[in-house]
Amino acid sequence: MGDLVSRPENATALVTGASRGIGAAIAKGLAADGWAVAVNYRSDADGAKRTVQAIEAAGGRAVAIQGDVANGACEDLFERAEAELGPVMALINNAGVTADGLAVQLDDDDWSKVIDTNLTAAFRLTRRAVRSMIRARYGRVINIASVVGPRANAGQANYAAAKAGLIGMTKTVATEVARRGVTVNAVAPGFIETDMTADLAERAAEHIPARRPGKPEDVAAAVRYLASDDAGYVTGTTLYVDGGMSA
Amino acid sequence: MAATVTPEAVEKTIIEALPQFGVEESDISRDATFEDLDVDSLDLAELSQIIEDEYGVQLKGDDVGRIKTVGDAIDMVVTRAG
Repeated sequence: MGDLVSRPENATALVTGASRGIGAAIAKGLAADGWAVAVNYRSDADGAKRTVQAIEAAGGRAVAIQGDVANGACEDLFERAEAELGPVMALINNAGVTADGLAVQLDDDDWSKVIDTNLTAAFRLTRRAVRSMIRARYGRVINIASVVGPRANAGQANYAAAKAGLIGMTKTVATEVARRGVTVNAVAPGFIETDMTADLAERAAEHIPARRPGKPEDVAAAVRYLASDDAGYVTGTTLYVDGGMSA
Repeated sequence: MAATVTPEAVEKTIIEALPQFGVEESDISRDATFEDLDVDSLDLAELSQIIEDEYGVQLKGDDVGRIKTVGDAIDMVVTRAG
């Protein structure tokens, strides 16, 4: 690591699963910090378009790029992001799925689907990203993990395994590439209010020391910090954004 | 288009690449070990990419683990290309 190195010009941030929720907030936040942003989405083209429009309206650069990270979209995503915007110097592995059920009832498909998207796809994208980053002597990989994984959540054995795996991967890859100016970190959101969780918010709040759910922008703020030049000496860590849930 | 693999060409590529990992050009020879040159596993991974870009020859983690000297690296690339 060593010296403070500045982000190269035209540096692009690839954010997976950025059509809405936390991913969209991350994309907008990074764009506000001067990153060109590749807004990846799987099926919500309208959502991705809205994210891109919001970024452009604020004076930023972004393109929407369709691709299912769990089904081999990796190389293609990078090629399109680099052709349309610039070299990918930040990768935000945000795309995630759930398929909940008690372990005794979880079938192989539910297990594989969650591991493939949340963990294996993140690894493949990380491997691809880091190859360029180590040669550029600069890079940021930020994995969106979860409070689930480091701690239990009945009904999510697959998700917990994937997210705990993501944190383990984060630490090891971070040590492998640290001296090339590439940092690898995780952000672990707690209960964040999104479309997906809206009806659970009130009930969940009583288990959160802050007594309220977080906002996607709370998670984006952590990502923006880890992606910044100021965070060049922060690597291999997990930043919890959970209103104290994990404390 | 990938360049043609000859031992001479690969040797030249490797000799030209090593200084960016802090190696003195005068220390490089076929018999020099990467350990003595202070070239570690990440450097070798990066060198593998340079070789892949140039010649289209892919070296796996296993292959790279068996490489001890500059000569080993050249021979490995030539073998994999053949």
